[in-house]
Amino acid sequence: MGLDARTLAHAFDEEAQGFGPPPPGTTLPPEEHVGPGQRAALALAALGALALVLQVGGGAWAGTWGGLGASFGLLALGGALAPWLARRGTPPGIRHDGLFFRGLTARGALGWVAGVFMTGLYVLIYWFPSALGDHGDGQPTGLVRVVDPLARLVTGTPASRWFLYGVLYTLAVLVFGVRMWMKYRHNRYQQVRTLSVGFFQLAFAWLLPNLLVYLREPYLEFNGLWPLKYDYLWPGKVSELRSAGGLGPFLLTWAAVASLVAMPVLTYLYGKRWYCAWVCGCGGLAETLGDPWRQLSSKTDSAWRLERWLIHGVLGAVALATLLLWGHDLSGGRLFGSWAHPFKEWYGFYIGAIFSGVVGVGFYPLLGNRVWCRFGCPQAALLGLFQRLFSRFRITTNGGQCMSCGNCSTYCEMGIDVRAYAQRGANVVRASCVGCGVCAAVCPRGVLRLENGPPGERFAGADDPWGTFLDGLRRREGPGYAAWEGSCPTGTGTAPRQ
Amino acid sequence: MHVAILGNGVTGVSAALRLRQLQPDWRITLVSGESTHHYSRPALMYVFMGHMRYRDTKPFEDSFWGAQRLALLRGWVTRIDLEQKRLELHDQPPLAWDRLLLATGSKPNRFGWPGQDLAGVQGLWGLADLVTLREACAGARAAVVVGGGLIGVELGEMLHSRGLEVTFLVRERSYWDNVLPREESQLVEREIERHGLVLRRATQLRAIEDDGSGRAGAVVTDQGERLPCQIVGLTAGVSPNLDVIRDTPIRCARGVLVDAQLRTSAADVFAAGDCAEIEVPGARNLLQQVWYTGKQQGELAAENLAGATRAYDPGIWFNSAKFFDLEYQTYGRVNLQVPGEASLYWEHPDGTKSVRIVHVGGTVIGFNLMGLRWRHAVCERWIAEERTLAHVLPRLDEAHFDPELYRRHAREIAAAFTRQGAA
Repeated sequence: MGLDARTLAHAFDEEAQGFGPPPPGTTLPPEEHVGPGQRAALALAALGALALVLQVGGGAWAGTWGGLGASFGLLALGGALAPWLARRGTPPGIRHDGLFFRGLTARGALGWVAGVFMTGLYVLIYWFPSALGDHGDGQPTGLVRVVDPLARLVTGTPASRWFLYGVLYTLAVLVFGVRMWMKYRHNRYQQVRTLSVGFFQLAFAWLLPNLLVYLREPYLEFNGLWPLKYDYLWPGKVSELRSAGGLGPFLLTWAAVASLVAMPVLTYLYGKRWYCAWVCGCGGLAETLGDPWRQLSSKTDSAWRLERWLIHGVLGAVALATLLLWGHDLSGGRLFGSWAHPFKEWYGFYIGAIFSGVVGVGFYPLLGNRVWCRFGCPQAALLGLFQRLFSRFRITTNGGQCMSCGNCSTYCEMGIDVRAYAQRGANVVRASCVGCGVCAAVCPRGVLRLENGPPGERFAGADDPWGTFLDGLRRREGPGYAAWEGSCPTGTGTAPRQ
Repeated sequence: MHVAILGNGVTGVSAALRLRQLQPDWRITLVSGESTHHYSRPALMYVFMGHMRYRDTKPFEDSFWGAQRLALLRGWVTRIDLEQKRLELHDQPPLAWDRLLLATGSKPNRFGWPGQDLAGVQGLWGLADLVTLREACAGARAAVVVGGGLIGVELGEMLHSRGLEVTFLVRERSYWDNVLPREESQLVEREIERHGLVLRRATQLRAIEDDGSGRAGAVVTDQGERLPCQIVGLTAGVSPNLDVIRDTPIRCARGVLVDAQLRTSAADVFAAGDCAEIEVPGARNLLQQVWYTGKQQGELAAENLAGATRAYDPGIWFNSAKFFDLEYQTYGRVNLQVPGEASLYWEHPDGTKSVRIVHVGGTVIGFNLMGLRWRHAVCERWIAEERTLAHVLPRLDEAHFDPELYRRHAREIAAAFTRQGAA
């Protein structure tokens, strides 16, 4: 007996060489052939792009409804139809074939192109508005002029770069929402969730706020909470809303109740997912446009450590800014006189613009689709503390069925090492989990389930939030390192009482 | 004290982790020729299909092993020296041990088919198979997979993802019907065929033909049919990997014979997982070759290596799998010809979901789920407490584990079962 020569000769270095894409000459499965319908849809989108370029270049239709329809209209139509037609006729189910073989979704050249393009768009919107055609004079040109008819209809004013941004953002959520809907057509949780983020973006974040502009009322996004929309509870905005007649007091009440009452109550009932994965605009974009890149989030222990410092640092910064501003305001400028406002400006620039916009969205194709939500969002940090300590939400592990394949961890956009919990039969109770439900969807063994149940049953020590909090502060190693502590092959996942 | 563990699969690693917990100061070495780090073997298919990278299949970060002071030795063991208590390695100095755990796993069966050593003929067992399969798929158009089981359908899915026409040769009358009852087997067959793969039932491999260049060119079946193909997947079950163990005096049968405490016939040598065959006085030997039993036996072996004398308790059987998009879970005893067994079967009208409850005279002994997820803890409890159908049927919703917002079927299932004369 003994080992055969072929085995002994096996000198493959799996770490260095890995297992790359199929070598040239490999055929494509039927699902990946581009059909005629899909080709037609892509042609529509290409026509739309062409129409857009012509109008930006000063073409005849710029600034008309026809021009808008021929450009953004065709782009959106083609962009929504293409993935729909590509998936129609294929069996519903998880299809991640080749994701790590393609440059666009595996940080290859195309991924970098996409990253630079999206980053560039943010840079133009924030700092070079006139390049987009917003000269601050109500006489839009270029790209901004293309959406002008819509701006005049909805807001009653000429289009600005921010109106353009809102249109692009909302279209991205809706168009890629169609893709998400089709990709998960076997999964009702994902479908309903996709409808939800599309609705809240279209109605709460885009249409209603623009109608407020039309009505000459103060601007407010109805799905915006403090501290994500940091200024909503800052003295400036509060006094603007208070002093404005009409809807002002209602808007102030809405923002305050949403931030201070709905936030903890709904998080207690459903976990932070009610906001991050169902309502929030940033979450909405991440879950639709960003879905193809969720597998790029880092699961390393070092990323976990960085994340803890950064996200809670930002929460601390926004809390400090809020305190400074209110101290300044209530003391009539005597307290923090010289630095309340510079700090506010600093926060708005570095966190509000660079972190959440440029890095947060622009880096989707490089660092995954939840860069901002994971490393920077103070709302996620605050909701996360509630979720970890005072919530009914958990992801339950189904006994001992986990076989450690790692699909759950790979597709966790928040970089949670879900497998570290599942393979020892423990519930996943993490501050960062946004409850997107994709881990449960991709699990090939039916191991994970998002559930709400009595908080005290979620993990050992759940009845002692303060102790859990202090324990968390003392932790120096991520969950992967603790996996051996409670390994139990048949599982100890505590299910909620029926 | 130095414990060497031969094999870094789930059994070896579970043993190492448990042993570290029990004995913080012992030296522990995991030896493997296949990979430096532990990876999840069931994830091989996802690496091949591009769902994951190799590194994503590793359940622990590389730095974890150092932090746990678990030594990793990459190398093939060529001989186990029981006298001098050492492992001889290929191209490396030997490794001395005080106690040894054999966790060598299993390997694919080959039944001496003519042509089974041609290029393009392979199983799906380890990393080396991914390397050869990747090369073999380039330029290939058709593949034949021999054997209808869990690994066969995984291999079929992998080949399908490379655009190959895949044909299964299934020895049984329908897919995996030595394990699955008829109806579930047909559900799986429909799922396979829905994805465009071809099934040849009650058909066996006779020979693999050389295409003239030392590569597989076609298979010939026992029905006299000749199927041209460039790749032949051999997935007709697995057997304990005894490659180097057979050369020692350690008693073996199909696997390494161990007692209930997982001790082999040699002093200070234990065996666990796929390679171990547990002798049970007065009953058939236990040869369990699934993920969780490897984990459970590995942990038990660690306890006994550390001085305990605990006996193996196989507990209530469970398993799960996924056939393309069709999920499968099983709990307890199903299709085992238990005297007096009967079963209730419900199938969703769309033919993609089913529930089977197996009972003996009304006492529930097993569950089979297709396309539905049920809660392990609840199914296990019902079986352990020997609940009757009258108790279980009104409570089916307790076992529901499908994602939120999914349609629940508890009521219609219970109603169907009641119509079948259960309650």
